[in-house]
This record gives sequence, structure tokens and C-alpha cells, in this order.
Amino acid sequence: MNEINKLKTHKMVRRYETVFIMTPVLSDEQAKETVQKFRKLLTDKGAQMKHEEDWGLKKLAYPIQKKTTGFYHLFEFEAEGNLVSELEVNYKRDERVIRFLTVSLDKYGVEFVEKRRKLKAEKAKEEGKKETEV
Amino acid sequence: MKMAQQGNDIRYLTPINIETKKKKYCRFKKARIRYIDYKDAEFLIKFVNDQGKILPRRITGTSTKFQKKISRAIKRARHLALLPFVTDLLK
Repeated sequence: MNEINKLKTHKMVRRYETVFIMTPVLSDEQAKETVQKFRKLLTDKGAQMKHEEDWGLKKLAYPIQKKTTGFYHLFEFEAEGNLVSELEVNYKRDERVIRFLTVSLDKYGVEFVEKRRKLKAEKAKEEGKKETEV
Repeated sequence: MKMAQQGNDIRYLTPINIETKKKKYCRFKKARIRYIDYKDAEFLIKFVNDQGKILPRRITGTSTKFQKKISRAIKRARHLALLPFVTDLLK
């Protein structure tokens, strides 16, 4: 009996990365609000936020819902799989989100993402140094 | 006059180029890249022709393993409108 209970409570935590595009109709504040909504959803449901990136307003390679630009935002988090489906349902229900993609990262993916972040941080540091020198 | 005696066979001023086949190689195996990022459109553009179609392995020399990953990354990038599905003159 104990064994079965153990299996039931066993949690499979994976690293996920999700990018979504918001309509360009929103003001900066509204965009921030949307992002905050999803961030709250994730953290409330027990996801551990690892990283976040705001790409700002970007041109789309092809029009989506007759829009040619969009606000891109990226979340990287650790959570169980059932949270992803919940997140995607919320994406679909939200009119402000015009496109989204969630991927699970394999071990190479995690490695890559962490390396990239490190490089970026170092670059930013160097640039900061240069600026202070000048 | 010696030349005329030898001159039966054809002579070239410049040595002719005999086309030697350059062996293609998988750049991911060579550079030890193990993960292909779908967010990096500038990199993925190398594996796409100017209509936005994915280039075959036969041309790029990528190994099967990485061709699969490349195509997946390109498809993801297309979904996020980082790469176009169809265009002309992409490059």
C-alpha cells in the first residue's frame, strides 16, 4: 500500500521554456500586465522560475491575425507536466496572446541555455565595466 | 624543333583542373554542437533556401541526427514567426 502511495505522490519535474507573442495593440503597461498574469499563474501553481526574457516589440516574419508586429516574452521554468497544459489553456483563452510555444528542454538544452545565459551575463558585465571606465 | 617532335600530344598552358570531390562533413559533429536553438533565426537561415524551404542533407552535409534537430528547430521558429513559411528572396 505504501508503495502505491509513493508512486502517486511521485513528482516528475522538468525544465520547460515557453515563448508567447502578444498583440501590438497593447500599450507597454498592458503588455506588462499580461506578462505579470502568466508569471503569477506559473509561480502560484508551484513552478520554479529560472529565467525570463523580454524581447520587446518585434517584427513578425509573416502576419498573424493581420498584425505584422508583436511583443515577445520568454519564461523558463521548472514544473510538472500538467502545469504546461494548464498554461496553454490560459494562453488560448487570453485574447492578448496571438501565438505561443512551449518546449521541454532535454539535458543538452538545459546545458545550452545556461551557457548562453552565462555568456550574456559576462558580456553585460564587460560592457558595464567599459562604460564606467569611459 | 624539339618541340615539334614532342608536340603530338595535346599540351595545356595551365594545368587542367581535375575536380576533386570535397568530402562533406557534418558541421555539428565537427563543432560539437549538441543543441540547436529555435530562437536563433540568423543561424537557422543557413539551412534554408531563399524561398524559406529547408535544405536537404545532400547539400548541407549534415548528419541524419542533426538534420532532424535542424528541421524541428526551423519548424518551431516558423511557428513563432521568426522564420517565414513561404517567401521569395529571403537572402
